[in-house]
Amino acid sequence: MENFMYMLAPLFSIELFLVLFFGTLAGLILGVLPGLGPTTGGALILPFTIPLEPLSAIILLTTIYCAGTYGGAITAILINTPGTPAAAATCLDGYPLAQKGEAGRALGLATIASAFGGIFSVVILVFFAPLLAQVAYQFGQPEYFALAIFGLTMLSSIGEGTPIKNLIAAAFGILISTVGSDFMTSVDRFTFGVNILTEGIGFIPVVVGLFAISEMLVQSTLLNQTFNRVTLDALKLPTLDDVKLTWKTILRSSGIGAFIGVLPAEGGTVASLIGYSEAKRWSKNPQEFGKGSIEGITGAEAANNAATGGAMVPTLALGIPGSATTAVILTGLIVHGVRPGPSLFREQPDFLYGIFGAMLFANIIFFILGFFGAKIFARVTLIPNKLLWPMVFVLSVCGTYSLNQSLMDVWIMLAFGIIGFFMRRFGFSLVPVIIGLILGELVEGTLRQSLVIFDGNWLLFLTRPIVVTFLIFSIAALLFPYLRRAKNN
Amino acid sequence: MQRNNKRAIKKKSPSFLNDASIVSFVIIIFSLFLFYITFYFDEVPPILNRGIQPATFPKGLLIIIMSLTLILYFFSLKNPWKKQETLPKTFSYTLIILILFAIIAKTLDFFLGLSFFSFTISYLWGERRKLLLFFVTVIFPLLVFIFFETILNLRFPGGILTDLYYR
Repeated sequence: MENFMYMLAPLFSIELFLVLFFGTLAGLILGVLPGLGPTTGGALILPFTIPLEPLSAIILLTTIYCAGTYGGAITAILINTPGTPAAAATCLDGYPLAQKGEAGRALGLATIASAFGGIFSVVILVFFAPLLAQVAYQFGQPEYFALAIFGLTMLSSIGEGTPIKNLIAAAFGILISTVGSDFMTSVDRFTFGVNILTEGIGFIPVVVGLFAISEMLVQSTLLNQTFNRVTLDALKLPTLDDVKLTWKTILRSSGIGAFIGVLPAEGGTVASLIGYSEAKRWSKNPQEFGKGSIEGITGAEAANNAATGGAMVPTLALGIPGSATTAVILTGLIVHGVRPGPSLFREQPDFLYGIFGAMLFANIIFFILGFFGAKIFARVTLIPNKLLWPMVFVLSVCGTYSLNQSLMDVWIMLAFGIIGFFMRRFGFSLVPVIIGLILGELVEGTLRQSLVIFDGNWLLFLTRPIVVTFLIFSIAALLFPYLRRAKNN
Repeated sequence: MQRNNKRAIKKKSPSFLNDASIVSFVIIIFSLFLFYITFYFDEVPPILNRGIQPATFPKGLLIIIMSLTLILYFFSLKNPWKKQETLPKTFSYTLIILILFAIIAKTLDFFLGLSFFSFTISYLWGERRKLLLFFVTVIFPLLVFIFFETILNLRFPGGILTDLYYR
């Protein structure tokens, strides 16, 4: 009961409610703008959260995450370009349905499925995060090492890029985390005599560079691209027939999304693809998919929004990000002095349940805003890139500079922007770099502490049942993409 | 007929300058360079090394990256990568403007660099309306400056414009 009251806190505090409302609004706008989305948007907004209280700051980031995931559907349906990668599957049926003159119906269904998936995932979060935190009490350093390895191997099957490219990108991310003074021995690594690098490479310059600056460079190659925008009159509530046809799909995809979200490093993109393909597999009209199937739209949208709450489970309970955006939220927690993990559940339940409540209300608010303001949000897509990206650049540079008041961070951001552009060009996903960077210190730290415990004997890892379980899962995660491909062939 | 034969030979001949080989080469050279650097990391006495020496973990990572890159390259021989389209000139110009921004921000003024970047990119990408150019070049950077300066109490690096404000 006490925890339930904590969940209502955002409704009874003017500051928290304002943050909740404007976070949802900002999330919707960021989600609608192709190339931005909740990950880049969260990273851009993170420096602005510094003057806020920790709870307000994290509520702002999580509401951007929830609403941004939904916002991607608006662009996917109206201009056939996913506002966020998680909305890619929504394009497949959303745009064809909009082309038939039913954009309002497509968006109405996407809004309902998204809100349901999001609320379902918050319920999962409320029940499962504390349970996972309880389990995490059993974890020592070797178990955390094996868990981090499991999280990294899961990256091989995130959907974008090939498994090997994803693993290279993840290893590159971990390598970045080794730059600077070694946190255990204070020995300088890869600093090349540059004093400021002894503090290491920060997360925000890398994430802003990889996502915002590289996207700006991508946009510079697409200046001649034109979008065929479908007109939207008004959002339509689904008819009883639509509900009858889609409720099972929404429920199934919500379950799939929440489960995929809980898995370390997986996120909304994988969830929506699996949600979509399962919707097709179970549908009585699979031939309609790709031509404007409402089951396709709801299958993808319920799944990607359900992944938001799921992805917060390992983030808060274990400190292992469930997706790229939760990696930004994790950084926000660290910047504001909050240490995620099992102790958070015991020591700061008010903080934790405040976040859960904010996520719940964010889903309700974007549902209302989506229904009454979709037409306005759709106009955001009309902002021309020639004005939008210079402004994003100014925000990126100032935001990155502001964290440490260091120009070196700005140069690092620009360098990673160029690296990110070429990585994307050659089919390397950027998400593994981010997850690798954030898990790098955990992997190395727990490995070295485990080796101290084991007196340097690596084989002793295999005497711990939880470690062995995670290692088996890791091998399965590595083999899964190849087994899937073999099965498809 | 002869031309067709030549074309066929050209098609069959293996190209070592494809995307996969260039990317693999760059990654391996970069990794080898970093691997070489790791030999210059300080070593700590066994009692302080906390399981492994500071260089061991990065060395292991670099070996993993190089091994995976080799596998990637051999896979690409069987399944060649999709050929990328040539990058348009606007990309090269954007990259040059990015570098010029860095030079101006470092040597002249941080906000002058931002204004220069915003104006040139906006203009290069096709914006010709003076009022909007003025907005992205002057008004928006100024608003951001005021926000960071007053609300976040941030001090930006000095320069010919910023110093006017700070004085």
